[in-house]
Amino acid sequence: MHNRMEITFLSRAQNEAFARVAIAAFAVQLNPTLPEMADLKTAVSEAVTNAIVHGYRDEPEGMVRLSAEYDDSRTLIVTVQDAGCGIRDIETAMQPFYSTGDGMERSGMGFCVMQTFMDAVEVNSTLGEGTTVIMRKRILGEVGLHRERVLDEIG
Amino acid sequence: MLQYKPVGQSLTVTIAGELDHCAAPQIRQMLDDLLTDPTVTHLTLDLENLTFMDSSGIGVLLGRLRALQMRGGTMSVKNMQPPVEKLFRLSGMHRVIGVEKTDKGGRL
Repeated sequence: MHNRMEITFLSRAQNEAFARVAIAAFAVQLNPTLPEMADLKTAVSEAVTNAIVHGYRDEPEGMVRLSAEYDDSRTLIVTVQDAGCGIRDIETAMQPFYSTGDGMERSGMGFCVMQTFMDAVEVNSTLGEGTTVIMRKRILGEVGLHRERVLDEIG
Repeated sequence: MLQYKPVGQSLTVTIAGELDHCAAPQIRQMLDDLLTDPTVTHLTLDLENLTFMDSSGIGVLLGRLRALQMRGGTMSVKNMQPPVEKLFRLSGMHRVIGVEKTDKGGRL
């Protein structure tokens, strides 16, 4: 079965929690495990925070678009898009502990967290036009995890 | 969101709720206010009721660790929920911030 959702919201910090709840409510259709759900919420939180803090530089009137879809493969594709300032050097921005150094105690771990908690992360950005982060994660769920364990055991 | 209990030079602070970029400024300010007491040399964060943390929270923890280290102090955490602990260890925080055994037994 195929399903898709899309929402947009203002680039305000309180919408980070809203985005986490929204992705969780959509992903629950795939019966994820609690760790899978936690991974998903954390990755989305990082991407939305990046859009607000870096894309819109804390300017609260930008729009952030969050969309998600899945099909029979149980791969959830999550897209977080802003129309902010864009990233000059994506490769550098994705290095662990890299931060723009604005003195706000950023950990520089955002992209690293996304890459670790999701199966794949793709970043497209154009200076002055915005950034799109596409993240993929196959949701095995409780049934899927059990099946994988059985397959492992029988070799 | 935050409760604290000083014992000698050690301060235990309980953080509840979610620690993301939205909540970070308030929690950072509350912790810094408590750390203005120069006699405090060890901070323990009890995270049992912290249900969510992302890398913004890691930034808050690291900032307080640096402030304590500048006065020769130390910092530890305890009672982390599994998702919080996963991020904590992924970020390498367990190498610089002590992880105390849980009060409740069972999980470390």
